[in-house]
This record gives sequence, C-alpha cells and structure tokens, in this order.
Amino acid sequence: MIFALVGNQNCGKTTLFNCLTGANQRVGNFPGVTVEQKIGVIKGARDCSVVDLPGIYSIRPYSNEEIITRDFILNEKPDGIINILDATNIERNLYLTLQLLELRIPTVVVLNMMDEVRGNGGTINIKKMSERLGVPVVPISAAKNEGISELVDQIIYVAKNKIKPKVTDFCAYGPVHRCIHAVTHLIADHAEACGISARFAAIKLIEGDAFYAQKLGLNKNELEMIEHSVIEMENEEGLDRNAALANMRYSFIEAVCAETVVKGRESKERLRSIKIDNVLTNKYLALPIFLAVMFLIFWLTFNVIGGFLSDKLSEGIDIMIELTDKALDNYGINPVVHSLVIDGILTGVGNVLSFLPIIVTLFFFLSILEDTGYMARVAFVMDKLLRKIGLSGKSFVPMLIGFGCSVPAFMATRTLTSERDRKLTILLVPYMSCSAKIPIYGVFAAAFFPEHRALVMIGLYVIGILLGIVFALLMKHTVFRGKPIPFVMELPNYRMPSPRSVLLLMWEKAKDFIERAFTIIFLATIVIWFLQKFDIRLNEVSDSADSILAHIGRLLAPIFTPLGFGDWRAATALICGFSAKEAVVSSLSVLLDINAGQMGEGLSQMFTPLAAFSFLLFTLLYTPCMAAVATIRRELNSGVKTFAVVIMQCFIAWLVAFVFYQIGGLFV
Amino acid sequence: MTLNKLPVGKSAIITRVGGEGALRLRLLDMGLIPKTRVSVRKIAPLGDPIEIDIRGYELTLRIEDAKNIEVKCIDE
Repeated sequence: MIFALVGNQNCGKTTLFNCLTGANQRVGNFPGVTVEQKIGVIKGARDCSVVDLPGIYSIRPYSNEEIITRDFILNEKPDGIINILDATNIERNLYLTLQLLELRIPTVVVLNMMDEVRGNGGTINIKKMSERLGVPVVPISAAKNEGISELVDQIIYVAKNKIKPKVTDFCAYGPVHRCIHAVTHLIADHAEACGISARFAAIKLIEGDAFYAQKLGLNKNELEMIEHSVIEMENEEGLDRNAALANMRYSFIEAVCAETVVKGRESKERLRSIKIDNVLTNKYLALPIFLAVMFLIFWLTFNVIGGFLSDKLSEGIDIMIELTDKALDNYGINPVVHSLVIDGILTGVGNVLSFLPIIVTLFFFLSILEDTGYMARVAFVMDKLLRKIGLSGKSFVPMLIGFGCSVPAFMATRTLTSERDRKLTILLVPYMSCSAKIPIYGVFAAAFFPEHRALVMIGLYVIGILLGIVFALLMKHTVFRGKPIPFVMELPNYRMPSPRSVLLLMWEKAKDFIERAFTIIFLATIVIWFLQKFDIRLNEVSDSADSILAHIGRLLAPIFTPLGFGDWRAATALICGFSAKEAVVSSLSVLLDINAGQMGEGLSQMFTPLAAFSFLLFTLLYTPCMAAVATIRRELNSGVKTFAVVIMQCFIAWLVAFVFYQIGGLFV
Repeated sequence: MTLNKLPVGKSAIITRVGGEGALRLRLLDMGLIPKTRVSVRKIAPLGDPIEIDIRGYELTLRIEDAKNIEVKCIDE
C-alpha cells in the first residue's frame, strides 16, 4: 500500500516522515512529476510506503508544489492520505484538510505538536473532532516520537478497509451550499467516469479551475449552467466565488474549533519567538546579526571544520596514492596504466571527495538555520533587496553560499518553494565568485597589478555581482517573465532542530552528491587525463606541448585572440580549469615550464596587463568546475538545459572579456 | 483604509480582499478573509515587507500586496 503524506509547511512533516521511515528513504520518480519525491517504507509495516509530498496550504493550480500534490493524488491514487497538522495553529492547518477530505480517499488526520498544546494548558477533544471531520484523528508529537504507532495502525486500518471520510458536507445551508450541490449533481456522472470525487471537482469548477473542466470533458452547455449558478451564488452571498468558498471553509473550521479546541494561555513557544525576534529582526540589529551568523558559518565551514576535514581527507588520499604508487611500481606495471590509476582515477576520486567535508559541514549549519525557523526571518529581512531582481528573500542564502562553493549553493536551492525562483537562483549562483577562483586572482593580481592587489580582487567580486544583477534583470524581462509566486510566507515559531533530522539531511546531501556527481566528475577527470597524456597518434607525450589537450588548446586559441590571450597555453589552462578552478594556475605553471615562484615573470611574457584582466574576467564568468556542472545537471534534471547553461556562461564570459579588452584597448 | 497603513501594534478587521490571481487566492487560503481580525506586528528593517498576526500565527507579506487588503480599525 502507498500513502501520501500531506500538510502545510512548518508543521513537522519531514520530522514525521523521518519517524515513519527511519533511514529507509529513497528518491522516487513519478510520471508527470518533475520534482523528485522522497519515498520510504514504514518501519514495522514492510508492505506500506509513504511519499513525502511538498508542504502546501491549499490545492490550487498556481504553484508547482500544489500541482505536484494534485497530480500525485489524481494519477497515483494513493491508498490513503496522512494529513499532518500543526495543532498549535489548527485553524489554518484545517483549511487544507477540508480540501483533502473532499477527495474521498481514506484519510487520517494527524495533530502534531500536541505536547506543546498540552504544555500550554490547551486541550483538543480528539473524539469530537474525529466525529465532526468524519475521519480518525490521531494526536502525536513527531519530535518526541509519540503516537506514531497508533497513527500507523489507523492509516493501515482505513486504507485496508477503504473507509472514506464520513462527513461530506462542510457548508451551512445557504447560497454556497446550493451552488455546490447543484454543480455536484450536474457533473456527478462525468466525475465518476474519471474516478474523481464529484464534490471535489465541483468545487474546483466553481473556483474556475479549467483543468477539471477539460478532464471531465464538460460541454459548453454544462459549463454555462455551472457559470450561471456560480453567478447566482455570488450575487446572493455578496462575495466573489473564491472568497465565498474560502469563507465557507473557514466558517466550518471556526465552528469545529469552537466545539473541540480549548485554547491554553498564550504559548510559551510563541512568547519566546517574539522575544527572539525582537533581537533577530530588530531594525538595527537584524542585518549585522545575519552577516555575523553567515560569516561564522563560512569561517567554520571553509577554515575550521570543513578545512580540517578536507586536509585530513587529502592526507588520507595522498597516503593511498603513495601506497598504490609503490605497489604498482613493485609490480612493474605498464607506465600508462600506472599513470591512469594514479593521475587519472585516484586524482578523480580525490577531486570528488574534496568537496564532501564542505558539503556536509555547510548543510549541518544550513539545516539548523532552516529547522530553527531563522531562514524564514532571513527571507523576511532580505526580501526588499532581492525583489528588485525578480526574486524573493528566500534566494539570499543560496547565493551567499555561492561565494564559498557553488556546489552546496546549488543544492541549497532545494529549500526554495517556487520552481521559477529556484531555476533563476541556480543561474545566478555562478556570478558569485567561488573561493576556488581566489588563487587565480591572487597570482594574476600579484604578477600584473602588485600595487592594486586588493582593488583587483574586490573589483572582480563586485563585477561578478553587478553582472549577476544585470543578468537577473534580463532574465526577469525575458525567459522568467511569468509572475513570481506571491511572497506570502509564514514565520514559524523558533524551534529546537531535531538532531535526527539534521543528521539525516547531512547524510542525504552527502549521498546525493557522491551518487550523482561521482560518475560525471570521474569520467571528466579521466578524459582530461587522457587528453593530457597522449598525442594525437595516441603515443604517450614527453612534452606537454604535444598532448591532445594542447592541440585542442591551439584550435581554440584563435577564439580568445580578440580577448587578448590567443596563446594556446591560456586556452589549455582554461580547459583544465573545468576539472577544478585551482587547476588553471597549476596547469599554466606546467605549460610555461616554470615553478610557482616564477609565475609572475612567466605570465608577463604571455599577457599584457590589459589581457591579464580580460583573462581574469573570463575565469570569473566562464563555466564553473565540473562538480558544479554535475550539480546543476542534478538540480535542473536535464542534460540539455545544463549544456545550454554551460554554453551560455562561456558566451557571456567571452562577450564581457571581449568588450572589456576592445574598449580598454582604445585607452591603453 | 488598507492593511499597509495600519500602525504597528494596532488591530483591525478585514473588510475586503482585493487584488487578483495567485496572490489573492493565496491570501484567502491563508485565512485573510472578510470579518477576520488582523494586526501588524512588525516592519522589516529595510521598510518592507511587514509581519502580521492572523488567526494566531505570523505571516509576512509585501507592502505592495497589503495595499489590496482593506481593513477597519478596532477601537480599543
């Protein structure tokens, strides 16, 4: 049996999902659904799976999340719905419940955070609420793992016996009631033929959802009759159709709550949240605190914890390489195979693994920010800045992470609820110059602009951000012209994050990165190794100038001539930069046949200062490393789109460097 | 008057929810419907968006969107 887990955002849905399934989770792909959903086997009930659907507030066809949920329920026809509610905020949470009940699918309503309700002296009459809603109601506390087994028993019971919700009518007698029943009656046959609940379809038709008119195959006459009775209802009720239906639902909810819910004193958690917010979203303190928090996270991730783990990891890999090196030497293996293993395979593995500590550490902090509720405040504080480029405050954190490393930044866009915002953010992240490019800037700045080193560095960062803004504005008025999802966001109470959720998220991200990125990075490393190792007649090269890569560099070099660096070595270094941005500097030193100390001299023979800055602009903007590209591919879930993104990035980089070099040439 | 004009800390009753499309539906779904009580809790440090208190929880919306919501102040 398969169950759908549905609920509002911030109601503890993921915590419950983790409680139900433990680590038994995998990513499921469902036809017609673009975003992958997590699916897990319920602990202690091996034949039952549960699908974690996106957090939504209503079933409307306006956001991607809502469409995913709708399509999953209509197409996959789950055996049961587990509808989780935040019991401390029951009125608004019940709004979605009423829509789910209209679907006529076996459902269990789960009241989460009951411990908080009780702790504040409140009570909920479970039996009475169950009667009023016509479905089993189970009180739980997902964070404390209470009530879970009862919930599992109930959902299996209703699903096995196909017990549909008993109450079918949420409208008091009046114009809305008459309208709903008239339409339900009119379309009952069509709905039955499609296997959709007639009442649910009727309400969607009244709301004006064209999807159902088409799905049910209604003719013009029937549509006119529906429209007629809706207009009549609007006139009698004095509200338009959508307000009238929302009003009908909330009136029913208010009546149910009046009978079943005894509110306690103002909740401790809420009072605490207000106190915390007085500081964290304070007019003067909010921005400094946010910057300090992000600085601390960056420092800990890239310098202290992640850096330490990265060092240990690369030490471990070095030892492994050394041991393998010796073993292969002793065995007297063919030198090409030796090089394949050491320079190709093991270096590739090292490349992949070097990202892991940073991803794991960063997501440790990010999941804490998210689970405590601070991320929502960041969006609240930063929204005004990002709105101008067509995004909302929620995109701020992923973009900021981009300054550290693009890979976790792309992965962090998962928290964005709107697909449009997510894609635009992914496209913008590479404009935030990542930390792996610092060595390139450093070497070039020292060689060409020794007196203005800091200025060049800061200048490159600022240029990246400015171009990102220009790009975003262009996108906003072209590809992403559609209306952004309204920024109407709940600010949840601050809560302690559950260690289990934090650990599971870290594990998930690490696994995700290795599984998905490994093959691409691995293959790309071996391809680059191959291109460096052999000449075009597949003989092993002794001079790196003869390699296939060098030939490709020579082929590509003319493209870069108008940018001021038509030298084949520059082109070759840029290709190597695709494996990792640090490789640009190291391969330049190999190709120039000089050690790192003499880089300045060597480079000044190759570049004029103007060409050097043009080269820096190109490295700032051209396609990020293959780990980042692999992650883009994963997040956009499309090879074609990823390829288009890479081409676009290279083109923009070329264009900017071209314009700079040509205009700059007029003055120098 | 409209919700964006309601002073911080003051309560009001919603009289009409205007606007159109996805935004309006989202507002209705979140429980902003006529006759509901609402109060403004805070304004973001940069002056926009605002944080409101409705049906016992906190919601943030942009000033531009709050202009679509008409309210009547409650004298307390």
